Amino acid sequence: MILFDSVTKLYPNQARPALEDASLEIEKGEFVFLVGPSGSGKSTFLRLVLREERPTSGNVWVLGKDLMRLSNWKIPALRREIGTVFQDFRLLPNKTVFENVAFALEVIGKPKSHIRKVVPEVLEVVGLEGKEDRRPDELSGGEQQRVAIARAFVNRPKLLIADEPTGNLDPGTSVGIMKLLDRINRLGTTVVMSTHDAQIVDQMRRRVIELEHGHVVRDQSRGVYGYAR
Amino acid sequence: MRAQFVASEVGNGLKRNLTMTLAVIITVAVSLTLFGVSLLVRSQVDTMKDFWYDKVEVSIFLCAKGSDTPSCVGGEVTRAQRDQIRADLESLRPLVSEIYYESRTEAFARFQEQFANSPIVDSVSENALPESFRVKLSDPTQYDVVASAFAGRPGIEQVNDQRQVLDKFFRLLGGLQAVALIIAIVMLVVTVLLIVNTMRVAAFSRRRETGIMRLVGASNLYIQLPFLLEAAVSAGIGALLAVGGLVLAKSIVIDQVLAPSFQFTAFVGWDAVFAIAPLLLIVGIGLSGIAAFFTLRKYLRV
Ligand SMILES: Nc1ncnc2c1ncn2[C@@H]1O[C@H](COP(=O)(O)OP(=O)(O)OP(=O)(O)O)[C@@H](O)[C@H]1O
Ligand SMILES: [Mg+2]
Repeated sequence: MILFDSVTKLYPNQARPALEDASLEIEKGEFVFLVGPSGSGKSTFLRLVLREERPTSGNVWVLGKDLMRLSNWKIPALRREIGTVFQDFRLLPNKTVFENVAFALEVIGKPKSHIRKVVPEVLEVVGLEGKEDRRPDELSGGEQQRVAIARAFVNRPKLLIADEPTGNLDPGTSVGIMKLLDRINRLGTTVVMSTHDAQIVDQMRRRVIELEHGHVVRDQSRGVYGYAR
Repeated sequence: MRAQFVASEVGNGLKRNLTMTLAVIITVAVSLTLFGVSLLVRSQVDTMKDFWYDKVEVSIFLCAKGSDTPSCVGGEVTRAQRDQIRADLESLRPLVSEIYYESRTEAFARFQEQFANSPIVDSVSENALPESFRVKLSDPTQYDVVASAFAGRPGIEQVNDQRQVLDKFFRLLGGLQAVALIIAIVMLVVTVLLIVNTMRVAAFSRRRETGIMRLVGASNLYIQLPFLLEAAVSAGIGALLAVGGLVLAKSIVIDQVLAPSFQFTAFVGWDAVFAIAPLLLIVGIGLSGIAAFFTLRKYLRV
């Protein structure tokens, strides 16, 4: 699903690489936590998967595609197979819940009839039925993140990337979001999420990859947040 | 691609940026109007050249009594000299296409006719006007051949080419046209800069939407098309206004003001306007499309 082969990413005008000689593999169907202190390279890792950045050296494979060889015009097709969720939700404030999810389908040219069918379905999956016509500012943070997850999941992607999805939420709400991501994972989507939330990681007991200064320093199946070398 | 979605995006974009849209429309309209006018002046010059070069003649004035040019020291032109000039002119055919001799009496009659209502008629006596040969050339640019053959010959006071007078006038018009063209080009450059800036602002004010579009895998075309169409629509409106301006210039300034007051010359017809109009649309929409395309490539990268 994802394969990093001694990947180094050095941003322009930076002294130290954000990611250095990172090699790892994530299999189909896995649920992976990406942990590590601030600035350790978690977001950089996720951006490389999305091909928002290209590695300085090394190779990245995602969904069977060699991203180093992937031409620019094929990037949209790659991203259609990957759902993305961020800490700041990234919703359009002047669109309703329904329209926010529908937007993701409209801009990839899906027909209206298809949109009318799948958007209510996915809103039910994330538990937002009955709130289709609300705008983001009429929703709680947790509900807004559910809209973002619905948008990421509406195409039933093979891979879901989440960069600190609970970073702006209180612990109770976070648990709900984690249950949702777990459910999506059980529906067959590989989930990779970065987080600073120790409680969540400790509760879920899933694979944990820890980064420090751009190096993979721990890779544990059924791991915990706390660093125990 | 869903046309309805793109169309509503374009409409929203134009409304959201109303002041910038208006600014683009106005600069496009003004610069293209100037551009069109300069093209119209050029075809006016061509029309007048066609019209006048057909009619211009070379005049060979013969010596009259009391002429004080050096070639007239022998006094009034003699019959032998006049016959020789005529024979020499005949030998210059086919460059010389028509030869017409105008006697003093005829010259005077024509003068009287031309200035019929002017007091100047009474102050000029019949003998004051010289006799002349009026010559038409098959190729008016070959004037020098005639001039060098006849100027300064005994019995000839002066060789006069109407075309030279016209050329001065055409040069003036050409200068005006060049000035209009330069201003038009400067204005077009300003227009391009304005469109670049408008696109930058539009891309920035919609970075949320375009960011999401990129994330969910919308193609570049889909992301950029609304912006490109916006630029093309506002430039198209501007270009249409410019065409309207040109039509007004032709129907009011030319047909109603200039043509009645200057009946002796020809003016550009509607065919010139119809030839320029599509050019204005192409230049307007093309320039804005190219400017927008390159701006967006920089600001809306995958
Ligand atoms: N666009 C960029 N240009 C230059 N340097 C960058 C850029 N993005 C990140 N960096 C640098 O790369 C390093 C890793 O950043 P990254 O965002 O991957 O960390 P992170 O683990 O996601 O941190 P956090 O937990 O705070 O989100 C940091 O030192 C950061 O300053
Ligand atoms: Mg980060």
